[in-house]
Amino acid sequence: MQTWSLVSMCVLLGIVVRWGVSLNSYSGAGKPPMFGDYEAQRHWQEVTYNLPLQEWYSNTTENDLNYWGLDYPPLTAYHSLVCAYVAKTINPEWVDLHKSRGYESPAHKLFMRATVLVADLLIYIPAVVLYCLYLTDGSTKKKVCTVFCFLLYPGLILIDYGHFQYNGVSLGFALWGVLALGLGWDALGSLAFCLALNYKQMELYHALPFFCYLLGKSVKLGLMGRGLFLLVRIASTVLVTFALCWLPFLSDPGDAMQVVRRIFPVARGLFEDKVANAWCSLNILIKIRSILSSDSQIYISFACTLLAVLPSCVRLLMKPTFWQFKLALVRGIQLIILPLFLKDGLLVPYAVTSLAFLFFSIYLLSALEHCSEEELRLGAFHKLLFCLPKLDLFYISVSAMAGLSVVTVALVPPTHLPDLFPVLVSSTAFLHFLGTFIYFNIVQFSEPPSRKSQKKND
Amino acid sequence: LGCIAFLPTYMRLKPQLSISLESGLTVGYFARCLSDLLLICHWVCVSVSHSTDFEVHRNWLAITHSLPVSRWYHENTSEWTLDYPPLFAWFELGLSHAARHFDPDMLLVENLNYASPSTVLFQRLSVIFTDLLFIYAARECCRCVQDQKGSRDVLNRPSFVLAVLLLWNFGLLIVDHIHFQYNGFLFGFLLLSVAKHLQRQHLQGALLFSVLLNLKHIYLYVAPAYGVYLLRSYCFTQDNKDGSVSWSSFSPLRLLALGGIVASVCALSFGPFIAMGQLPQVLSRLFPFKRGLCHAYWAPNIWALYNTLDKILATLGVRLKLLQEAGLPRASMTGGLVQEFQHSVLPSVTPSITLVCTLLSILPAVASIWFRPRGARGFLRCLLLCALGSFVFGWHVHEKAILIAILPLSILAVENREDAGIFLVLTTTGHYSLFPLLFTPAELPIKVSLMLLFTIYSFTALRKLYSGRGSLLRPLESVYLLGLVGVAFACEVAFPLSPWQQKLPFLPLLATSVYCSLGVCYSFLRLYASLLRPPGKPKQP
Repeated sequence: MQTWSLVSMCVLLGIVVRWGVSLNSYSGAGKPPMFGDYEAQRHWQEVTYNLPLQEWYSNTTENDLNYWGLDYPPLTAYHSLVCAYVAKTINPEWVDLHKSRGYESPAHKLFMRATVLVADLLIYIPAVVLYCLYLTDGSTKKKVCTVFCFLLYPGLILIDYGHFQYNGVSLGFALWGVLALGLGWDALGSLAFCLALNYKQMELYHALPFFCYLLGKSVKLGLMGRGLFLLVRIASTVLVTFALCWLPFLSDPGDAMQVVRRIFPVARGLFEDKVANAWCSLNILIKIRSILSSDSQIYISFACTLLAVLPSCVRLLMKPTFWQFKLALVRGIQLIILPLFLKDGLLVPYAVTSLAFLFFSIYLLSALEHCSEEELRLGAFHKLLFCLPKLDLFYISVSAMAGLSVVTVALVPPTHLPDLFPVLVSSTAFLHFLGTFIYFNIVQFSEPPSRKSQKKND
Repeated sequence: LGCIAFLPTYMRLKPQLSISLESGLTVGYFARCLSDLLLICHWVCVSVSHSTDFEVHRNWLAITHSLPVSRWYHENTSEWTLDYPPLFAWFELGLSHAARHFDPDMLLVENLNYASPSTVLFQRLSVIFTDLLFIYAARECCRCVQDQKGSRDVLNRPSFVLAVLLLWNFGLLIVDHIHFQYNGFLFGFLLLSVAKHLQRQHLQGALLFSVLLNLKHIYLYVAPAYGVYLLRSYCFTQDNKDGSVSWSSFSPLRLLALGGIVASVCALSFGPFIAMGQLPQVLSRLFPFKRGLCHAYWAPNIWALYNTLDKILATLGVRLKLLQEAGLPRASMTGGLVQEFQHSVLPSVTPSITLVCTLLSILPAVASIWFRPRGARGFLRCLLLCALGSFVFGWHVHEKAILIAILPLSILAVENREDAGIFLVLTTTGHYSLFPLLFTPAELPIKVSLMLLFTIYSFTALRKLYSGRGSLLRPLESVYLLGLVGVAFACEVAFPLSPWQQKLPFLPLLATSVYCSLGVCYSFLRLYASLLRPPGKPKQP
């Protein structure tokens, strides 16, 4: 069957699943006084539409930063402004200054969900389709299956269309960046990635691989010739992009500093909402909060993060191939936060989309290539975990996740450990990350498969 | 729960997972993937809003659970009285015992419009669960379709295409899982019965059809096809050499067997009510002729065209001063309730007229399989014509009834090129005519995406199946289908934003209904032509 028809069917199915999920409840629905992320986005539309630009990030009488103050870079603010203009034409009540706080209605929910879908359709989905069609190996069918699995990824769907956020935009821009780098258009790739960075500062996680890959590539081309030219081009692209995004704030350095302070709130601390990372897990064993001061916690976390990604970045610097770049990117942290979804009433979509993704990844991707252990280099992996040589890791993983999901829903936690289940989930998620982290490190440092190294040029 | 349910499937499939795509994974494997995905998508629809049919079924759960059998067909606390045959009532009774564990309050008859989250979840789950029968029936139908020999890619085999066309039928998805009904379950019986006939297991087919009739009497539309086919091709064991009836080969034993099956199923279903002397009451509930000629939203049949013509003539007559406006009977097309409808210029239509028209329309088809039996596929064609004929000429037809024609036509479409062309026209038109069932803005992206998904698939898959022999659609048909896009845009996007939205709110419904009835009537005529054409005559290009 023709590629276009298969791809359009995948995209349509992706849209159906997304819209189906979006009909469910959102973050903070019906929960005054603070509500949730949905109200935050609505509030940002209100702020950006009604207030002058200089006041968006500052604490003024009109703009109370304690009530969902803007804490993403300027591109998010511009996006909210555009949405606010549309909202104003449909129903001005949605963005009335102060009066629209906590505004909830079926029509408004439809509008907000529609903005997420439109953003996805314009930015994320085309990036996914083009990436899978042009930068993955294999037959057409395999590429279409990859598109399918990509589009069905439950984490993004649930967060963007359930919990309510616009991660699709920043991830989409980052993916355009990866796409451009893969096709050899380095300047455009950096432009796209800068846009992603200016949309959500979380993309900093991906910045190091981009930086190391591009630096490594320039070095390889020769610092006295083409390499320098490339470096200059990329640097100027980055500077110009940043300047354009921050232009309105650059007239007053105080404004710019205020924005930076809002984007990187180091005062908040490490334990925001029991996010799945090392610190939560470690905290079970050692009460870090009581031992270290807030500042030292931050320094140590920064140092450890840097140490963790350092090996892969060094490797990337030495050997800047696209394949290595992709592996380094996998450091991106996935957010699978079941308690958060439960808080938002999203259990059914969570179960459904996770199942769909799980089973389609299994059915289609493994049916399409020989998943022998040698290919996956799980042998080395198994050697590390010598205590579990015979058991199927995948079975354990799936059963653990399933068990935790059931237990979190069905049982009530004991009273002296009220956060038992969220913490268990975070720890399990962290163990998964650790596992995949080690695995990808092993893969990156062993020889890449010969067919791939021939395809990807330096 | 979902994980536990699916884990056995995964474990059974694990040995196959290392086989590559090219080395012949079975159709069954992919179909299983599809049905799993389907069930998952159904879950996604759980949160979509539901219609009055939801309350109808909740009410029936309450009636069958809380009241004694003698009160079932007399109960009218709610306006949605029990109007399906008794076997369906027994089915609801069975469901109500499961419902007790979800939310006992839904089983109280007084709780009108009760829709707690557990109730919604239970009802949706029951549809998903009963759909398993439909999946099984689809599998049986796929087994009847002959796959051509040769190393064809799995995805291009007729049986796989049929599986997708049946399982992912847009109309069924919309009507069952969003609008809410048990059509998947009922169509499972119909398709299974057809599959049994195709496999020459006529007694089983007859049994399944009698059960179906006792579940929903709308299938009486297609009973003549069954009756005549079974009589002609099953009771007469042999034909003469020229194809005519061989009276001497009549087998009374077979007739008795058939009669026994039908009688016993009916006895099981109606028995208690006959014993209590309630048969007239039950029948009056099943066949309420007091409703109008057309449903509030006109099904795209001939009467929609008739009504429109009447309206146009009336308006013209008033404009040209040939008629007095005061003398015309007031007839309203608006509103969501059933209305009496009197025609102003053309003669009014009564139920008996529609019955006569329907019988006349199916007579040639039925006669054709008597005098020139063409085996099980001829029977299927006749069944289609009975379904379509009663859709086009019937009294108070629901637009959902078009599915009775679309689903069996899928079987013929993957085997025969001309039927594929008719299928594309009928399906696209019929599915589009279901759009007004979902009218809230929240459902717009879902219905448009699903419709596009199914349409793209059916066109590309059928084209690939019959590639190399020219286009499946005639130019006029292509133009008509493209016109559908225009109508869709006008009704869904342009009209709500225009100033006529307040003055003439029924206009999109009217336009949809009229435009689709053209397509439906056209398909009806083309199917007739394909049945009545003598076999062996070359088709027109």
